[in-house]
Amino acid sequence: MASLNLLIGVCLVYVAVLFAVAFAAERLAVRGNSHWLGSPLIYTLSLSIYCTAWTFYGAVGYAARSGLEYLTIYIGPSLVMVGWLWGVRKMVRIGRSQRITSIADLLSSRYGKSNLLAIFVTVLAVIGTTPYIALQLQSVTLSFAAFAATDPSVAMPDDSNLTALWVAAGLAFFTVLFGTRNLDANERHHGVVTAIALEAVVKLVALLAVGIFVVWGVGGGVAETMARIDASSLGHWEMASGRWSGLIFLSAAAFLCLPRMFQVLVVENDDESHLRTAVWAFPGYLMLMSLFVMPIAVTGLAMLPEGSNPDLFVLTVPLAEGRTGLAMLSFLGGFSSATSMVIVASIALSTMVSNHVVMPIWLRINGTGAMVSGDVRHVVMLARRLSIVGVLLLGYLYYRVSGGGTALAAIGLISFSGVAQILPALLGGLFWRGATRLGALCGLAVGFALWLWCLFLPSFGADVIVPARVLAEGPFGLAGLRPQALFGIEGIDPLVHGVLWSMLFNACTFFAVSTFTFPSPMERLQGAQFVNVFAHSNTPRGWQGGVAQSEDLMIMSQRILGAGQAQALFRNAAQQQGLPGYLPEPTAEFLQLLEREMSGSVGAATAHAMVSQIVGGASVSVEDLMAVADETAQMMEYSSQLEAKSDELIRTARQLRAANEKLTQLSVQKDAFLSQISHELRTPMTSIRAFSEILRDTDGLTVEERGRYSSIIHDEAIRLTRLLDDLLDLSVLENGQVSLNIRQGRLDEVLDRAVAAVLQGGGIALRRDRAAEAILLETDIDRLSQVFINLIANARKYCDAAQPSLTIAVRQRDRVVTVDFIDNGSGIASDAQEVIFEKFSRIGEGKAGGAGLGLAICREIMTRLYGTVAYLPGQGGAAFRVTLPARALMAAQ
Amino acid sequence: MGRNILVIEDEPNISEAIGFILSRDGWRVATHANGVDAADAVRSRRPDLVILDVMLPGRSGYDILKELRADAGTADLPVLMLTARGQAKDREMAATAGASRFMTKPFSNAEVLEAVRDLVRE
Repeated sequence: MASLNLLIGVCLVYVAVLFAVAFAAERLAVRGNSHWLGSPLIYTLSLSIYCTAWTFYGAVGYAARSGLEYLTIYIGPSLVMVGWLWGVRKMVRIGRSQRITSIADLLSSRYGKSNLLAIFVTVLAVIGTTPYIALQLQSVTLSFAAFAATDPSVAMPDDSNLTALWVAAGLAFFTVLFGTRNLDANERHHGVVTAIALEAVVKLVALLAVGIFVVWGVGGGVAETMARIDASSLGHWEMASGRWSGLIFLSAAAFLCLPRMFQVLVVENDDESHLRTAVWAFPGYLMLMSLFVMPIAVTGLAMLPEGSNPDLFVLTVPLAEGRTGLAMLSFLGGFSSATSMVIVASIALSTMVSNHVVMPIWLRINGTGAMVSGDVRHVVMLARRLSIVGVLLLGYLYYRVSGGGTALAAIGLISFSGVAQILPALLGGLFWRGATRLGALCGLAVGFALWLWCLFLPSFGADVIVPARVLAEGPFGLAGLRPQALFGIEGIDPLVHGVLWSMLFNACTFFAVSTFTFPSPMERLQGAQFVNVFAHSNTPRGWQGGVAQSEDLMIMSQRILGAGQAQALFRNAAQQQGLPGYLPEPTAEFLQLLEREMSGSVGAATAHAMVSQIVGGASVSVEDLMAVADETAQMMEYSSQLEAKSDELIRTARQLRAANEKLTQLSVQKDAFLSQISHELRTPMTSIRAFSEILRDTDGLTVEERGRYSSIIHDEAIRLTRLLDDLLDLSVLENGQVSLNIRQGRLDEVLDRAVAAVLQGGGIALRRDRAAEAILLETDIDRLSQVFINLIANARKYCDAAQPSLTIAVRQRDRVVTVDFIDNGSGIASDAQEVIFEKFSRIGEGKAGGAGLGLAICREIMTRLYGTVAYLPGQGGAAFRVTLPARALMAAQ
Repeated sequence: MGRNILVIEDEPNISEAIGFILSRDGWRVATHANGVDAADAVRSRRPDLVILDVMLPGRSGYDILKELRADAGTADLPVLMLTARGQAKDREMAATAGASRFMTKPFSNAEVLEAVRDLVRE
C-alpha cells in the first residue's frame, strides 16, 4: 500500500527538480544560451496552464456528472487559437510594442493610460482568481487526503488546512524566488516558464498513463471500453445547445481574459512566430488531455463505491487497483497542474497589484513621486513579492472560508465568467477606435455587479452570503431581481443566465457609453496605436521634448530600471543623437522610449505619471491629433503622401528661391564683371588706337618717337593678349573644365623654374632654404609653378622697400606642405587682404600692370589642386602662404 | 583765350598720347596721374580745360568733378570726361556730376582735338 511518507518524499523530490530546472533555465538565459528556452514548443507547453487541477481532476468529475459537456472547456480555447489567430497575434503584437505587463496594463494603456481602469481590472482579476487559487489548494489537499486514506500506517490527517497552508507557502516561496527575479515584467521569466513546461509534460503524461491503464489495463481494450461508455448514461449525446454554446463562449473568453493566460500568451511571448506552432500544438495538447476523460469517468463510476468523489477518479482508480506507482504519477500530474497555475496566476496578479495599486499609492504617499530618494526598484520588488504572498494568502483564506465543499468545476466556471467581463473592453479596445475609457469603466462595472449578484455570491450556497429567501424571491421581495432569474425570466441554467445577462449588459453599456462620450487625446492616440498596430507599430508620440531635465530623468530611471540598464539606455540614446556622454536631449522620441522601458517595470500608467512629473505634463501634439483624426489606414497613407508632396513643394520652392537669389547675385556679378572687362580692354585699346593714329596721321616724327610709339603699341597689344589669356584661363578654372596634368616633381625644382621665369633681370633679393625644399610632390606641376610665378612677380612688382627682398619659406608638417612668400615691403592693409583675391582687384597705385586677375587665378588653381593660397598677415611685409595638402604629397625623400 | 590743358589720367601711355596730340595742335599740356589731389592740382594750375579720367587711383573722376563744380573758381571750367566704361549709366553719371563733354575710350585723336577746341571756344 502507498506510504504517505513515500508520497511526501516523491513530492519533495519533484519540487526539488522543479527548482533545479527553473534555476538552470535562469542560468542558461543569463548566459544567453536561451534559444531552446525560447522555442515555440516551450511557449506552447506554457500555454497549458490553461489546464489546471480543475481540468486534471475536475474534467473527469465533470464528465461523471454531466457527460460530454466537459469538452466545451477545451473547445473554446481551441476555437480561439485556430479560428482567431489573427486577433491573438494582434494582442501579442500590441503587448510587445507597448511593453504591456498584464491584462490590466493593456486596458489601462489602451484607454489613455488610465490607472483607475487598471485598478478596476486588477480588483476584478483578484476576485476572479482567488477562488481559483483556493481550488488548486483544495485539489492538492484532497488528493493528498485520498492517498493518506489508503495508508493504514497513518491516521487520516485531521487538519487538511495545514496541508493547504504548506502548499501555499511553498508555492509563494517558489514564485517569489523565480517570479520576481527581473523587475521588468516584460523580460521573460525563463525559469518559471521552463518549469511550467516541464509540469505540462508531467500532467499530460500522467493523465495519458492513467487513461491507458484504464482502457487497456482495466477495461480490456478500446472496443470494450467504448461499449462500456455507450452503456453508461454518460455516453448519451445530450447537448443542451444553450449551455454548450454558453460554456464554449465562456471558456474562449476566459482564455483571452484570464490574467494567467495573458501572462503566458502575451507577456511571456518571446517571438510572435511561436504562435504559428501554438496554433496547432495547443489544441493538440488539449485534445490529448481530454482523450481519456470519458473512459476514466465511466470506469470510476463502475468500479468505485457509490458516493466516491468523481473529481478524484484519476487518482482513486489506480489506487483502488493497487497501482501505487501510477497513482503517484497521477498525483504528481495533479500537483503539477495546481502548482503551475498558482505560480503564473500569482505572478500575473502580483504584477497588476504592485503596478496599479501599491506603486501609485506609494508614490502618492511619498509626495514628489519620481524624485524621492532611494531606490524605487526595491520598493517595486518588495511590492511584487508582498503581492505574491498576499494573493496566495487570499487563496488560502478563501479555501478556509469556503470549506472546500463545493464541486470544483462550479467554482471554475464562475471564476471564468468573472474575468470574462473584461472581454468587451478588451475587444473594443483592440478593434474599435471609438471605445472610450468611460465606456470601458461603465461596462466593466455593470458586468461585474451583475456577475457578483447572479453568480459569485450565490456560489457560496444559499444562506452563506445571499439568504435563501432572496434567492427564491428576490431582494425586498422584488422578484425581477432574483439572482438566478433576472427580470423574471426563469428556467435558464443559472450559469448561462448569469453569463448572458452580465455580458449583455456589460457590452451594451460599454458600447452606449463609448458612443456618447468623447475620448481624450491620449485615448485617441493609444486607440489608434492599438487598433492599427499592424499598420504602424511605432509607439505614440506623447511627449513634447525640450522641457524635461535629462539629469532628473536619469536619476529617476536609474531607480526604476537599475543603474546599469538606465545608463546604457541613456548612453545609446545620446549616441544616436550624436551627443557625447550620458545625457541625451529629452526629445519626444527619447521620452517615449524611456516611458516604454519603464512601463515594462511599473506599468504604463505609473511610468507615464512618473515621466510627466519630470517633464511637466504630457502633451499630445497637433501632429498626433491629426494622425488620429485620419480614420483609416488609407487616409493615413493618403495624408502622408500629401505631406510628402507638400514637403517636396516646400523643398522645391526653397531651391527655386535659392536658385533665384543666386541668379540675381550672378547677374550683379556679371554686370560688374562685364564693366570691369570693358574697362580693362578699353584701356590698352585706347593707347593702341591713339598711337597708331599718331603714327598714321603725323608727319615728321623723329625716328625715336616713331620707335617709342610703336613699342608702346606693341606693349599694349601684349598686355591685351595677356589679359585675354588670363580671362580664358580663369574661365576654364572656374568652370572646372581644366584638365590637370598630375605628375611627380620636386618642390625646389618648381620654385627654381618660377624664380627663373620672373627674376631674370633680378629686381628683388631672394632668400631660400634649399634643404627644406627637397620635397617630392605629385600634383599639376605646371599649374603650381604658375601660382609661384604669380606670387613672385607680385612681390617684385609691388614690394616698396628700398632694398626689396623676398623670403621663400617651406615647411612640412602632418603631411601638409606650406610655401610662404614673404617680402619686406609695407604689405597689404588688413581690409584689403581678402579683396586682393577677387577678380580685377588692384590696389597698387599707379603701377600699371596686370588686370587684377593673377591672385584670382592663383586661388582657383590652388582649389583645383586641393590646396589653398591665402594672405598671411603679421609677417612684416606682404606674405602669401600656399598650402599643399597631403594628397599632393609623396613620401618625402 | 588761354591754351592750358590739364590731363588727369593714370595710364601713362594714354596721357602721353593725349599730350602729344594736343601739343601738336598748339596747346600747353600738363598731366596729373592721381585722383587724391587732382582738384588741388586744378586749382593751383588754373588750366583753361581739364581732361578727366573717371577711374583714377585714390578718388573717382565724378567726385573730383563734383568738387570742382562746387568751387566758384572752377564752377564753369570746361571738363572733358574720359571713361573706359561705355555704358549709358556712366554717361548719365557724368552729366549729373557736371561734365562739359563725355567721351568713351578708345577715342579717335581727331575727336579729342575737336572736342577740346569746341569746349575752349565756348
